Amino acid sequence: MNFTKTRSDLTVMLIFSIAVLTMPIWLAPIGAGYPDLLQKFAIFGIFAIGYNILFGLTGYLSFGHAAFLGIGSYTAVWSFKLLTMNVLPAIFFAVLMAGLFAALIGFVSLRRSGIYFSILTLAFAQMSYNLAYSVLTPITNGETGLQLTLQDARIFDGPAGEGLPSTELFGISMSGYSGFYFCAVVLIIAFFLSLKIFRSPFGMKLQAIKSNQTRMKYTGFNTRPYLMTAFIISGMYAGLAGGLMAVTDPLAGAERMQWTASGEVVLMTILGGVGTLFGPLLGVGIIKYFENIFSAVNEAALHNFFSFLPGFLENLMVTIITPFVGEGWHLTLGVLFMVIVIFLPGGIMEGLDRIKKRYKTEGASEQTGDKE
Amino acid sequence: MSNLVLNIKGVNKTFGGLQALNDVNLEIEEGKVHAIIGPNGAGKSTLLNCCIGRLIPDTGSVTFDGENIIGKQAHEINQMGMVRVFQTPEIFPDLSLLENVMIPAFAKRDGQYSFNIFKAASSEQDIIDEATRMLADLDITGDRIYEHAGSMSRGDKRRLELVMCLIQHPRLLLLDEPTAGMARHDTNRTIELMKKIKESGMTKIIIEHDMHVVFSVADTISVLAQGAIIASGTPDEIRGNPIVQEAYLGGAHL
Ligand SMILES: Nc1ncnc2c1ncn2[C@@H]1O[C@H](COP(=O)(O)OP(=O)(O)OP(=O)(O)O)[C@@H](O)[C@H]1O
Ligand SMILES: [Mg+2]
Repeated sequence: MNFTKTRSDLTVMLIFSIAVLTMPIWLAPIGAGYPDLLQKFAIFGIFAIGYNILFGLTGYLSFGHAAFLGIGSYTAVWSFKLLTMNVLPAIFFAVLMAGLFAALIGFVSLRRSGIYFSILTLAFAQMSYNLAYSVLTPITNGETGLQLTLQDARIFDGPAGEGLPSTELFGISMSGYSGFYFCAVVLIIAFFLSLKIFRSPFGMKLQAIKSNQTRMKYTGFNTRPYLMTAFIISGMYAGLAGGLMAVTDPLAGAERMQWTASGEVVLMTILGGVGTLFGPLLGVGIIKYFENIFSAVNEAALHNFFSFLPGFLENLMVTIITPFVGEGWHLTLGVLFMVIVIFLPGGIMEGLDRIKKRYKTEGASEQTGDKE
Repeated sequence: MSNLVLNIKGVNKTFGGLQALNDVNLEIEEGKVHAIIGPNGAGKSTLLNCCIGRLIPDTGSVTFDGENIIGKQAHEINQMGMVRVFQTPEIFPDLSLLENVMIPAFAKRDGQYSFNIFKAASSEQDIIDEATRMLADLDITGDRIYEHAGSMSRGDKRRLELVMCLIQHPRLLLLDEPTAGMARHDTNRTIELMKKIKESGMTKIIIEHDMHVVFSVADTISVLAQGAIIASGTPDEIRGNPIVQEAYLGGAHL
């Protein structure tokens, strides 16, 4: 990294905060300016930022981070059921529990590296998923998922009145835009911490571990605790994201822990740019936005779209495209992912870099042209 | 009576049926440059591996500054002050040259683990200054310090690794063929760099094939052949030793 050319923390945070808080405005023209989707951006943004601290900096590819997401959600819902509808304790315990589980899983998985590490994390997450689905039904409510009920204790709020209460922060209900703004503020804090980690000697050492772990050991670093720290921090970010999911919609199900959910965060990180500050956020934005659009498209909509074509062509186009939309959105995602990995392994951030460089060299050659 | 920095006693190491080290004894005195020479496959690298925690000898003892180091982990041995330059350069190819040199400086200052994320690496002025100064010794200055280490020539990588070790001010520096595979002028630059280190009085073990290098930097020399030390002494003694002439130097003109 070129220290002299990086923007100051303050500038970055200022730009970032403004961009996040004004999302409802600048995302409105592309039809993404409504709370449900904006919340998703923020929550998955936190998930991906945290994941990037592990995968992006140390290169350790975890396939099990959805487990921490799920643990965060369950813990938050339990906090709503037992303690209070205030979101702060829920978030606090969600992060704490996810951190504890991450310490446990990290302790075992980090005894190996490379593919074996990935498989260990995958096995752990799949175990958690199955436990949540069956054995731990008293805690997770199995297939139905954990929900609020009228019988919940909620010892700090007293008995529920008519109907189920909603999550709140000191009286402000966490639904609609207030829910989004809460998530947005948490995202800004989460991003700030990640920026600090990226730019600290600690972050530099994590990158050095990724680059050459052997050298790190013979340079006097005990690499295991570094990896543990990164693993636990990223697990806590996932728990935070899971907790926020419960804040915006107080229910938790086992499917949140499934390996496909773990795979999604890997995808988002790689798509945007592994190990870059903003890449994972770009990945989240793109995947969640297009998921939203593509999964809403159905055959009728396609016929409508291609109605300008002659009948047989219209049918042909619809037949070709149908498998890629609606339920088939994951197929599109798969294709997109393959294209990125093959042609742009550094993700969108690398693409932007290349464009910037080309622009610069063109600018430079123009300048020399002027001199002649 | 000078101080013993490293004391290797009766070390044996076998790989399968191969006796790579055969009852090796070696004493390294403080402030001395000790060269180990010997043909390919003699066990020179294996001996260093037994000192820095990469391999554990089958029998024998290795004490560093009076402390037994067998069974200690690589990072512990480094923190005690024994630092090694590898035969194939081990650097951080994805980091900048500056970062490559800063990392070992952090290890020296902060120990084997430290977690402080609220001070940016870019504001570690002392360490940046020291790293920049050391890179200047390699004629790497200006914006070049931000280049990726992975894109350098092999010779530069080796000298970079040497500098990475030097910034830790090791008590004992182990050099495994620092000039192997280098062109003449490249070798000369490395020798220059090593002479600078010698002047600073650092204790060193150097493995080297290039006799020109060995006789210009070493205080004492040991000859290793087929895992055993067949001779030890000053450069003059080694030059005149008939066993050495026969076993290794093959009557070469020294
Ligand atoms: N980890 C290992 N496993 C098995 N055999 C090994 C191992 N390391 C070294 N050897 C063998 O031990 C012998 C000594 O190897 P070593 O690398 O110590 O030689 P060297 O003196 O450093 O030679 P060179 O000058 O080629 O570097 C060789 O025959 C080598 O093949
Ligand atoms: Mg060798």
